Amino acid sequence: MIEEKFDAIVVGAGMSGNAAALTMAKRGMKVLQLERGEYAGSKNVQGAILYADMLEKLIPDFRDDAPLERHLVEQRFWMMDDRSHFGVHYRSEDFNEERPNRYTIIRAQFDKWFSSKVREAGATVLCETTVTELARDAHGKVIGVRTDRRDGEIHADVVVLAEGVNGLLGTHARLRERPKPDKVALAVKEMHFLPRETIEAHFNLKGDEGVVVEAAGTISRGMTGMGFIYANKECISIGIGCIVADFQRTGETPYGLLDRFKRHPSVAPLIEGSEVKEYSAHLIPEGGYKAIPQLYGDGWVVVGDAAQLNNAIHREGSNLAMTSGRIAAEAIVQVKSRRQPMTAANLSVYKKMLDDSFVIKDLKKHRDMPMLMHTNSQNFFLTYPQLVSRAMQNYVRVDGTPKAEKEKVTLRSFVNARSWTGLFGDAFRLARAWR
Amino acid sequence: MNVETSVRVEDKLFYNRYLVDVGRPHIKVRAHTKPSPQLLALLKVCPARCYELNDKGQVEVTVDGCIECGTCRVIGEPTGDIEWSYPRGGYGVLFKFG
Ligand SMILES: Cc1cc2nc3c(=O)[nH]c(=O)nc-3n(C[C@H](O)[C@H](O)[C@H](O)COP(=O)(O)OP(=O)(O)OC[C@H]3O[C@@H](n4cnc5c(N)ncnc54)[C@H](O)[C@@H]3O)c2cc1C
Ligand code: SF4
Repeated sequence: MIEEKFDAIVVGAGMSGNAAALTMAKRGMKVLQLERGEYAGSKNVQGAILYADMLEKLIPDFRDDAPLERHLVEQRFWMMDDRSHFGVHYRSEDFNEERPNRYTIIRAQFDKWFSSKVREAGATVLCETTVTELARDAHGKVIGVRTDRRDGEIHADVVVLAEGVNGLLGTHARLRERPKPDKVALAVKEMHFLPRETIEAHFNLKGDEGVVVEAAGTISRGMTGMGFIYANKECISIGIGCIVADFQRTGETPYGLLDRFKRHPSVAPLIEGSEVKEYSAHLIPEGGYKAIPQLYGDGWVVVGDAAQLNNAIHREGSNLAMTSGRIAAEAIVQVKSRRQPMTAANLSVYKKMLDDSFVIKDLKKHRDMPMLMHTNSQNFFLTYPQLVSRAMQNYVRVDGTPKAEKEKVTLRSFVNARSWTGLFGDAFRLARAWR
Repeated sequence: MNVETSVRVEDKLFYNRYLVDVGRPHIKVRAHTKPSPQLLALLKVCPARCYELNDKGQVEVTVDGCIECGTCRVIGEPTGDIEWSYPRGGYGVLFKFG
């Protein structure tokens, strides 16, 4: 049994847990952080894009020594059918700035570095330790945790649950529901290694410039989902994710989808000749604003993916995780500095501060999107990409057909597939959900 | 031949590092005679293909290649078909890149 009592215990050393532990340790609190992996990051999977602003708020000079891959100068969105893609590319020299806004990272390596900063700030970090249960007093207040080490209960004034999307502790303790199959996506991913120069040639890059490709369309076979390709220094992250309930309904296999995506004629040349070094999978919270659970209680707060704080529409998660971790920690520091107990009433300041941040504001803005995408997945992920692709081909192929005739064919194909009411309905619903 | 059967998941798992906690599987399938639709779905949806049918037509799990994604938990735990916990600290999959 660890006799000492801590000011706070943080469960998990991912993005949110590290942000919380770092913030509290820097403010002089006595913090214990527990992580089940061999090292911070050994259990974590991400694309991954790092958003500089949110990390800067925690570690202003992170660029000096963080393991960053490439700063992003280009973003590609592809709408795909089985043989083609229609793309929007945005590239700007402005992103070659002194303090770039977005980087690609490799999560296992990044988390290890982030964790070293947490230790430097004075927190005690124990890896290879799975927290098995929350400890409560007779009134139900959370007073610590139990782990799979033989050291009984460890006590603290407050427990920060930063356990990620599949958080067992919070659900077992009935603080929140288990994620439902229609509220989480399963993503599978591979790491493809290639020489630096080859990657730069394949993606039209120089130096440390980077690019990301987000792809949707027939690659998800009518399920709600997206593919992604991120260029790192010497490897390419490639993956695809779809809502779990859709996998269940269709019987598609995740590796089958990934394989098809890799073999797509627009994708295959990018990874040609590569050596695969890892295959991973992870869930992503997709329920949005409406799926956010109770965020605090007597002796506990929940942050990051465990609280469903993930913006699936914008592919942002780690920045919401870091921000919620930091804000929860600041709230705890406030309560402590007033010498108040860590009760639900006092910890409710966390929710107030979070409501005022971009985290909740963004999720609220898109609160109807998850449902819309899910109930219309066939249209958005199968019908429209095919229609757009056919329209584009019709448009660019020169074959002596008068242009007016071509446009008529395109319009007819849309109306036949979705009807005027369907088209207007989809456009209206999309606009309203986006608003 | 359809694409799915041509992908050998076993080969993919070979790239990964694991520390298997021998004799302490972190996932268990409830004894059954006829598998539920949820259990049958796991045969396909598990990204590491940990679930298989035995010759009696029952679903079995072998967790050695598990990547701890939690998908089977989300599907199979509510119905009581499976019991899911994390491997002991330090054991299980160890991502180098993640
Ligand atoms: C394929 C994929 C691509 C993504 N791409 C992006 C992207 O490009 N940009 C972006 O911003 N976000 C992205 N995300 C989302 C992002 O990864 C998450 O939002 C973020 O990691 C959440 O951080 P977290 O700290 O809440 O959880 P996690 O990072 O998952 O950390 C949870 C930690 O808790 C530990 N843990 C859990 N239970 C216990 C326990 N009982 N005892 C001890 N330790 C425990 C775990 O081992 C883990 O280290 C992506 C996600 C996926 C899956
Ligand atoms: S956790 Fe994921 S990889 Fe492991 S058995 Fe379940 S579905 Fe398969």
